[in-house]
Amino acid sequence: MMTSGMFTTWFLPGIWITIQVTVFSAALAAAVAFIIGPLRTSPYWIVRFLAGTYFEIFRGTSALVLMFWMFFALPLFGWQLVPMWAGVSALGLTYGAYGSEVVRGALAAVSPAQREAGIALSFTRLQRLRRIELPQAWPEMIPPFNNLLIELLKGTALVSVITVADMTFAGNLVRLGSNESAPIYTLLLVLYFVLAFILTRGMRALERHARAGIGQAPEKKPGFISRKLSERGERAQAGSQAAGGMG
Amino acid sequence: MNSWDWSNVDAFMPRFWDGVLVTLQALVLGSLIAFSLGLVWAIAQRSTLVWVRWPVTAVTEFIRNTPLLVQLFFLFYVLPEWGPTMSPLTTGIIGLGLHYSTYTAEVYRAGINGVPVGQWEAATALSLPKARTWTSVILPQAIRRVIPALGNYVVSMLKDSPMIAVIGAFEMLGEAQAYSNETFTTEAITVVGVAFVLIAYPASLLIRALERRLVR
Repeated sequence: MMTSGMFTTWFLPGIWITIQVTVFSAALAAAVAFIIGPLRTSPYWIVRFLAGTYFEIFRGTSALVLMFWMFFALPLFGWQLVPMWAGVSALGLTYGAYGSEVVRGALAAVSPAQREAGIALSFTRLQRLRRIELPQAWPEMIPPFNNLLIELLKGTALVSVITVADMTFAGNLVRLGSNESAPIYTLLLVLYFVLAFILTRGMRALERHARAGIGQAPEKKPGFISRKLSERGERAQAGSQAAGGMG
Repeated sequence: MNSWDWSNVDAFMPRFWDGVLVTLQALVLGSLIAFSLGLVWAIAQRSTLVWVRWPVTAVTEFIRNTPLLVQLFFLFYVLPEWGPTMSPLTTGIIGLGLHYSTYTAEVYRAGINGVPVGQWEAATALSLPKARTWTSVILPQAIRRVIPALGNYVVSMLKDSPMIAVIGAFEMLGEAQAYSNETFTTEAITVVGVAFVLIAYPASLLIRALERRLVR
């Protein structure tokens, strides 16, 4: 039987590790996305080509394969990564590639007149990005980023395979010690669902804030059903946009 | 230890092809489940009956927002407690199919919503029965537009397929890991990584081409 002792000894530290892995890989992914994304709109073809190659390679491999490679293959080239960092870098590099597509798309959606206005003011490309294009594209990025964040949260379960003691690892460990797996895995699924729910809530607050920041009216608060429906519409759209999906 | 050894690649190849075969099985059968079950979810979510709509919405939301890896563990370790014991590959195929059916359901939903209201009204005006409206009017128009999006999810599923190795269905990565553990080499895992890029990139080009043809 599952006891509360098992919960405090194994699951609580596991939840904390899952949160850490999520935060660190999200930070790495954001850094990658905001570097690779703008580079993919560069006027120089060679820069676009290199950034595009990064995107295609990391979108093409699976995060799990990359994680295995970093964990098992890198040490033999003389570079030993702690399991936690092998997991975080594999997730961060992969989801950073998906994120760069979101950034690129949102930048492309900024009206060309805005860019031309920046040129007319003789802003440098970096100034244009920082002061004009990114602030306007930012609110558009948040809903797809939310989807990616949920995918990333689910992806963190993979680190259990390379022996990081996250929630999933704790679940497997507790199963070995008890005969009942149904309550353990059900609890685990519910925990992930709750974390995903909290993330979605946080991102919605962030979006309201971002829209207010550039003077757009925050959207009128819709009722529960219409909210669910529009959310799912966005998600389906994001799914087909982030081509290749974000398994 | 630090140099690349092609003989390891040669030695791994037979097992690589075994792994590819398992991956392909998982992918084809998993997609079949995802495509058909997703359509069922999408239509059920449009039902006028609350006790059909709500449970289906709740279940699909739950499956979509929880990790596939944990779902695989759940299926593999919990189901035998209740009765059926299935092979790792069968469990993996069901897990992949079930998880991805919740994604394809969203794709179908968007596709169905994209069919103009006039088409529904025309079907009502011709007093077509409900089943006929779906099969002859709505679905043919909806499915054409969602094929590229479904294709994207097949590529996604390909990238998630290594997960079934954790419950013992040895696909490409599982074979590579086993080989690497026996020989303490890295070539096999690298080969599998490159194989994924070589399959996924042309596949995504193909989907983009489809998108241009089908979605106007």
